Amino acid sequence: MSNAGQQRFTGTTVIGTARLIAAKDLRVELRSRVLLNQVLPFALIVMVMFAFALDSDAVLERVAPGLVWLAAMFSTLIMVSRSFAVETADGALDQLRSAGVPAMGIFIGKMMALMAQLVVLVTLLILTAVVLYRAELSWAGSVLLVTTGLTATCGLAAVGTLYGGLAAGAKGRETLLPLLLLPVVAPVLIGATRATESAFGTRGVSTGQGWPWLGLLAVFAVLFSVSGAVAFGPLLDD
Amino acid sequence: MSNDRATSTPFTKGLGFFVVLGIALLIILGIFVSPADVNQGESVRIMYAHVPGAWLAYLAFVMTAVSSAAYLWKRTRSLTWDRIAGASAEVGVLFMGISLVTGSLWGRLTWGTYWTWDARLTTTAFLFVTYIGYLAVRGLGGTHQQRARRSAVLALLAVLEIPLVHFSVELWNTLHQEASVAGRGTDVEMNGLMLFTLFLGVVVFTLMYIWLVLHRQRSLMLEDMLDDSGLDNALSERRAEATQVGH
Amino acid sequence: MDDLGFIVASYVVTFVSVALYARGVLHRSRKAARDVPRDKRPWL
Repeated sequence: MSNAGQQRFTGTTVIGTARLIAAKDLRVELRSRVLLNQVLPFALIVMVMFAFALDSDAVLERVAPGLVWLAAMFSTLIMVSRSFAVETADGALDQLRSAGVPAMGIFIGKMMALMAQLVVLVTLLILTAVVLYRAELSWAGSVLLVTTGLTATCGLAAVGTLYGGLAAGAKGRETLLPLLLLPVVAPVLIGATRATESAFGTRGVSTGQGWPWLGLLAVFAVLFSVSGAVAFGPLLDD
Repeated sequence: MSNDRATSTPFTKGLGFFVVLGIALLIILGIFVSPADVNQGESVRIMYAHVPGAWLAYLAFVMTAVSSAAYLWKRTRSLTWDRIAGASAEVGVLFMGISLVTGSLWGRLTWGTYWTWDARLTTTAFLFVTYIGYLAVRGLGGTHQQRARRSAVLALLAVLEIPLVHFSVELWNTLHQEASVAGRGTDVEMNGLMLFTLFLGVVVFTLMYIWLVLHRQRSLMLEDMLDDSGLDNALSERRAEATQVGH
Repeated sequence: MDDLGFIVASYVVTFVSVALYARGVLHRSRKAARDVPRDKRPWL
């Protein structure tokens, strides 16, 4: 009895909700294996297709950082759609809200789950770039790359969750989401690509030149995490 | 006759008259009377249509953001704000599209290229796409309140997004090796008549904006009312059916 | 004169699109107004 009471209590605080929602999303993912069986293979085939389209080792090496993040963004679109399809399929989101679950907690939880999946995806994409596009990684470059990856995925996850929630439950959202999301994530594409370029040493850019771009990524991540956490309630309320 | 006055009032009719008059005057001054510029030559004439158009688009998007904030603020919450925001965004998208076209025509004459990756141009293109997305969200369906809430949040997010995009494109550009052509050939020495023509353009376009938004906002209201009454009719029909079955 | 085509084109694009849009708005409002009684329109 007291156990159930405690469960309810942790469920209604923001952090508790976030943890529950994130765990739930990751569990759904682990059971369904959509990321593993569908999204990751999709990202891989995109990387291979880029090689067909560009048809030159020199060009591939030159544009590898951009391709990594472009592929990451396309895959993000799929993952966001998936993340909210799970939620709206049987009106689960509405039920969560009418049960008094804090919206901020839902936002943070879904964002965390999305970010965890994006980290896996981006890691794989970078490894692919190293193997397929002959990108070089130094020790200092790896530190920059990990920091870039974490900051950029945080921003992507925040924006993805926010816009995914905005279009959730509406008809035709699958086609609308890319139109809404891609313009917004342009700063991430610019910042993450430049930082990755200097981590890879593309065009002779040194690692040190990559760090200032992290500022842009961090500003983006903070701005959209905060505004997402604030705006998610008014978005879902009826 | 009552059909003819669907969304117009004596005020909008008068306004419309002045707008048409102003457009005629603007065309005469812009194309025929005003002189060619020392630096830009004849192509400066495009400016009299382009600058007011871009001004109007920005004005419209600011209006959308302000009305969206007014909708979200509980004390001023009213669907009227939502409709003003929607009408304004629609007019803004129209004029942003127009000024992208006129701007690239001007760029072709002045810079020799339709497009350049200058921060202002790129941000403008992003604004255009963002508000096309905004209009698409308005068309998603659901209740009027749902539409209003979704689109208001989206409009405020655009206020966040656009400076970030502008800033990052600017950063990106400083690394660009190619010299930016934007800014070249833009210094115009305006004499009195040229300044007056440009000023007239801004005034005429602003009046045009008011006319368009007034009409569009009213037609949106009519459409909302029809939606509601359609629902009412369906409900009362259903009720009538139910009572008949009961008998 | 090459410039003339561009200049005329930009004026035509501007005012023709505005005219078409305005026509569309008036058309839509007339269509909608048919089924909404006059006393429900606050601007009249």
